[in-house]
Amino acid sequence: MDIRSQISMIFHLDKCIGCHTCSVACKNIWTDRKGAEYQWWNNVETKPGTGYPTKWEDQDIYKGGWEKKGNGSGDSINLKGAGKTKGLGNIFHNPNLPVIDDYYEPFTYKYLDLIEAKAGDDQPTARPVSLITGDPIDIKSGPNWDDDLSGSPDYARKDPNLENLSPAEQEAMFQLEKMAFFYLPRICNHCLNPACVASCPSGALYKRGEDGIVLVNQEVCRGWRMCVTACPYKKTYYNWHTGKSEKCILCFPRIEAGLAPACMHSCVGRIRYLGVVLYDADKIEQAAASDEKDLVQNHMDIMLDPNDPDVIEAAKANGIADSTIRSAQASPTYKFVKEWGLALPLHSEFRTLPMLFYVPPLLPVMASLGKSDPEQLDKMGPVVKKWDDDWLYDTSTDDIFGTLDQARFPIEYMANLFSAGDTAMIRARLEKLMAVRIYRRHVTVGDVSEEKSNEVLKQAGLTAQMAEDIYYLTSLAKFDDRFVIPAAHREQAIEMMEFTGDKKGSAGFGFKEGSAQRGL
Amino acid sequence: MDALKYFFFVAFPYAAIITFLVGTIYRYRQTGFKVSSLSAQFLEGNQGFWGTVPFHWGILMIFLGHLVAFLFPKLVLAWNADPTRLVIHEGLSFTFAAAVVVGLCMLILRRLANARLQVVTTKMDLFIEFFLLAQVLLGCWIALGYRWGSSWFAADLSPYLWSLLKLNPQPDAVMAMPLVIQAHIVFAFSIFLVFPFTRLVHLLVAPLHYILRPYQVVIWYWDRKRIRQASTAWSDARPRNN
Repeated sequence: MDIRSQISMIFHLDKCIGCHTCSVACKNIWTDRKGAEYQWWNNVETKPGTGYPTKWEDQDIYKGGWEKKGNGSGDSINLKGAGKTKGLGNIFHNPNLPVIDDYYEPFTYKYLDLIEAKAGDDQPTARPVSLITGDPIDIKSGPNWDDDLSGSPDYARKDPNLENLSPAEQEAMFQLEKMAFFYLPRICNHCLNPACVASCPSGALYKRGEDGIVLVNQEVCRGWRMCVTACPYKKTYYNWHTGKSEKCILCFPRIEAGLAPACMHSCVGRIRYLGVVLYDADKIEQAAASDEKDLVQNHMDIMLDPNDPDVIEAAKANGIADSTIRSAQASPTYKFVKEWGLALPLHSEFRTLPMLFYVPPLLPVMASLGKSDPEQLDKMGPVVKKWDDDWLYDTSTDDIFGTLDQARFPIEYMANLFSAGDTAMIRARLEKLMAVRIYRRHVTVGDVSEEKSNEVLKQAGLTAQMAEDIYYLTSLAKFDDRFVIPAAHREQAIEMMEFTGDKKGSAGFGFKEGSAQRGL
Repeated sequence: MDALKYFFFVAFPYAAIITFLVGTIYRYRQTGFKVSSLSAQFLEGNQGFWGTVPFHWGILMIFLGHLVAFLFPKLVLAWNADPTRLVIHEGLSFTFAAAVVVGLCMLILRRLANARLQVVTTKMDLFIEFFLLAQVLLGCWIALGYRWGSSWFAADLSPYLWSLLKLNPQPDAVMAMPLVIQAHIVFAFSIFLVFPFTRLVHLLVAPLHYILRPYQVVIWYWDRKRIRQASTAWSDARPRNN
């Protein structure tokens, strides 16, 4: 057992309102630079949609991630579009490299023309100009071009996750009256089996042992761009100005100080959680090479119980600080993924073992249109808007799990995103989310009986205490509950940035001069 | 005239090599961050394939060919002793040279034609592209006009280069050669001369160590076993990334 600690994230999709505050916070801090204008280390996609870069999930196009050739449990995995043979063979020209047009050509507007244009008959306009060439351009796409299902025929309908849905199911998703969407915020997953690290010919990418953050050493990077191909999430970016690759650094200077990353701190919907998990590094290879049906489970089984005395002992023997172990015990990530079984990784089938987990969205699946009851409408009081027709948006809770099958989003679609196609896993999580709602409805509204609420909880595999805890961490949690980050120890943190041996004896006590000798 | 030739075939090579060595080390120490070739594939798409692939593989083979003839002249002469083998050798070399010419022309054209590429193109990039083109065209001219280049390179040029290396320059054989060949030699040393100041430096950082490296890289900032013991907590090893 080789225990390591990893900073791991939870994004609760039910709470995401798609405001892009996270993206803007990140952009302002890290990528507001020449050559990085097009990079969104954090971006929020509308699903169904093609995402950023366009159709990034389709590895037939981008050749990202790992692939397993055989079906046996002993078969190993290889990088799909990079690696020692493919990477060095394609070193002069990488046929699988996404190009700027797969993202979008960054642009700005000539705002100064609005002020400095000569007086004339026409209104001055601010023309869009390319941030690469500086020439006027016709904007063809931009960040979140398909936000909120805009341009559905071109974007949402080409979502790679729709592939194995029947035409009828796809058609049902795009009926105007039934259309639904949700948001998928994405950052670097800081994977346990990172394809970007494995693909780097220079060895510039690395995973930090202490907290598992994956970084690019800019001094070592020579711009071979294999990481851009290899990352199946397309979260390493090529800076065309510096000729180096860049990626999300999980705001490591903040993490080291025990602060939340900017995207998470600024999250308006408070959908983001961050905590430490302890895992067994010896099991990485085995888990990454599992059969597709066991992949998600094996991935999550790498995580160890931070309250298990054996695990604590082994963690201490491996040099993990007590503060880190304490954080792991209070980790919201561990609770969501392991204790409650609510969160799932995104696209496990890429086999990078991503350490960002998503709570799948419930969506407005529960409600249906029913005949309204005039008696009930009267009870609602004068503030409530009364519709002219007699239809009501009915959220009553009879036969609650049955509605999962009539969900506006086919469960298969969610399964393609979060569980490598396993619908049972998605169903289990959605049932739990629903059970918590029913339980809370019993507690607060009271129109659900205790027996019914208990029965639903039991069916979903929860206890009342668990439901209460889930409710707390989902709805009421304070900042320190959502972000349990052990600060790097001060004396150790400084060694992350520089070698303190150089400084010894150079200030304070000791000698400032190179040598203590006098004369010749 | 002789003084001029001594300059070109004795003084100039030494100046070029010294500039190459000092310049490269200086550049790596001063601006090590920029020791690479600024790739434009990301801005331009896949049209560059027909330029960069024939160019790179071609020039790699041509370079290796020259290197082998320089290091093992007897081997080359022995191989060329049989006419069939000689023709195969010359034909193959010329094919690679032609690939370089085609590739370079494509690369120059795309650099001049694409507005996005001009943003990431320096004057030195264009200079070195045209300079390499001139050098390869000279090489092709020699291959066609002064047969058989591979043999007399091994017989005459290799001893001259070795004499330079042994600090006992013997330029007589070179001085008697036709002007085209002399130009080819001077151009070759000129490439060494300008090497540190161009994007060519990227060939010194070719990532061959990748072959031997395990795929995953994990860096620890401190020795995680020792950090917990007061007696050994002070690290005496520099972390690998600073």
